[in-house]
Amino acid sequence: MNYQDREKLALNVRANILKMTNQAASGHPGGSLSAVELLITLYFHEMNINEENVDHVHRDKFVLSKGHASPVLYSVLAAKGFFPESELMKFRNLNANLQGHPNMRLVRGVDMSTGSLGQGLSVAVGMSLANKLDKNDFRTYVLCGDGESQEGQIWEAAMAAAHYKLDNLCAVLDFNGLQIDGNVTDVMNPTPLDKKFEAFGWNVVDLENPYDYASIEDAFAKARACKGKPTMILAHTVKGKGISFMENQAGWHGVAPNAEQLKAALEELGVN
Amino acid sequence: MAKIATRDAYGKTLAQLCEERNDIVVLDADLSGSTKSGVMKKVAPERHFNMGIAEGNMMAVAAGLAANGKTVFASSFAMFAVGRAYEQIRNSIGYPMMNVKICASHAGITVGEDGASHQTIEDIGLMRVIPGMTVVQPCDGPEAEAAVRAVAAINGPCFVRLGRSAVEVINDHPDYKFELGKANVLRKGSKVALIATGCLVHEALKAYETLKSEGIEVTVVNLHTIKPLDEQCLVELAKTHDVLITCEEHSILTGMGSAVCELLSEKQPVRILRIGQKDVFGESGKPAELLHKYEMDAEAIVKAVKGVL
Repeated sequence: MNYQDREKLALNVRANILKMTNQAASGHPGGSLSAVELLITLYFHEMNINEENVDHVHRDKFVLSKGHASPVLYSVLAAKGFFPESELMKFRNLNANLQGHPNMRLVRGVDMSTGSLGQGLSVAVGMSLANKLDKNDFRTYVLCGDGESQEGQIWEAAMAAAHYKLDNLCAVLDFNGLQIDGNVTDVMNPTPLDKKFEAFGWNVVDLENPYDYASIEDAFAKARACKGKPTMILAHTVKGKGISFMENQAGWHGVAPNAEQLKAALEELGVN
Repeated sequence: MAKIATRDAYGKTLAQLCEERNDIVVLDADLSGSTKSGVMKKVAPERHFNMGIAEGNMMAVAAGLAANGKTVFASSFAMFAVGRAYEQIRNSIGYPMMNVKICASHAGITVGEDGASHQTIEDIGLMRVIPGMTVVQPCDGPEAEAAVRAVAAINGPCFVRLGRSAVEVINDHPDYKFELGKANVLRKGSKVALIATGCLVHEALKAYETLKSEGIEVTVVNLHTIKPLDEQCLVELAKTHDVLITCEEHSILTGMGSAVCELLSEKQPVRILRIGQKDVFGESGKPAELLHKYEMDAEAIVKAVKGVL
């Protein structure tokens, strides 16, 4: 998909994130908005996933370790055509498939059930080990949060990925600097993340502009080119990206926009 | 009589399974020599991954391997496999119904000298409350082999509780049949039925002999599968006996005895006594000394039977 179409899609995905959380009167818009371009690039450029192979066990996979950002994943999967877009507006409703946090057994295209922080990177390590055993070329991608790096298990997984030389594993850290209780550096400072992952034996790629498609593609290309090590892309994102009154506000981590806020946000996006 | 620890039978069987099937992958957390899962390294070293002393990570890695089509055996001491990594098992293995077999050794108080920090008395409870989890505790070597083969043959999360100590082989006869979810009636008596699991099956059988020599014949049942429970067998036992006595080296809270009480209080109310660890931590000591002190040995079972007759 060309950049122009991706930009158009990004507006639609952002609008869906806002509408989904609004109709559910709950959910996590901030950390979903921060990763829109990253997921669009993964699903429409980097990963080999399509209608033909989506139901296969063996293919490129993506684990949303920060499972609370489910709105962005669901919106992108709907855009891929894996389920009807109308499902999105049942997000978090009783009897709906789109659970608050992703359930792989309910949603076509979701590769792992996540939600409890710190576990997705380990799961991606397992998938990458399986691909190594099977001697195939499939790659595994995982999106972690920056606050999530406070979980000890992230570092257990980091150690294991480097130990087993998983160069078929590419992690992206949504480094928006905010978590529920405030700045990640104030709550429990996990920095310097670049030096820490390097010390753990990872190839670290700094992605200064995770909203520029050429830069994102370049980061994924660097990950592919690196042999013998897993890659961590530190994506310097903006929480609430694209909606002026939500940007860089920890308060928008787990709060849905009300009707008025939704209207203002959609106007800003220029989407109905 | 021959003696073998259930963990030894597990290691041997797992190695055989690895020879028979190439989809099996084995994970350990620095205890592959003790859990005996490391035995398979002789036949398929490339399919064994030591995850180091990081049980939470190991369980979620197991989930990832299973998501990519592998049948995964993940082992550690039951305290750490199940206790430390409970939430990883619950959310990354149980909830997505991953094909992971948690084969945990050194369960219960018969770990012995290591003491209370290593004597998990709550693992059956933790595992059986996870929807869809199969929970099995074999009582001897042949049963451990059968149980490991049975869980390998089904798709979904399973917990196999294994012991450290060597136990007598009782299931090496040609009539022996193991079926997940089907209890084995070992002795038929009246009035009192002993429902035992794991190494306490042997204590129950010893108690049977003592009681028989005194003219008391009780029923003895080996309840190797704690989830799903053999409802038909348990209801029948409740109908045909005055008192049931459950025997397990696990806390009397949340264990097999609790599971039996939960079922029968609704389906066929009957008086039930629970023999097990009475909501206290254990301590260092030899397995037999501990079973005696904490009143889970044959002597304690005999006493309990006489107390209700």
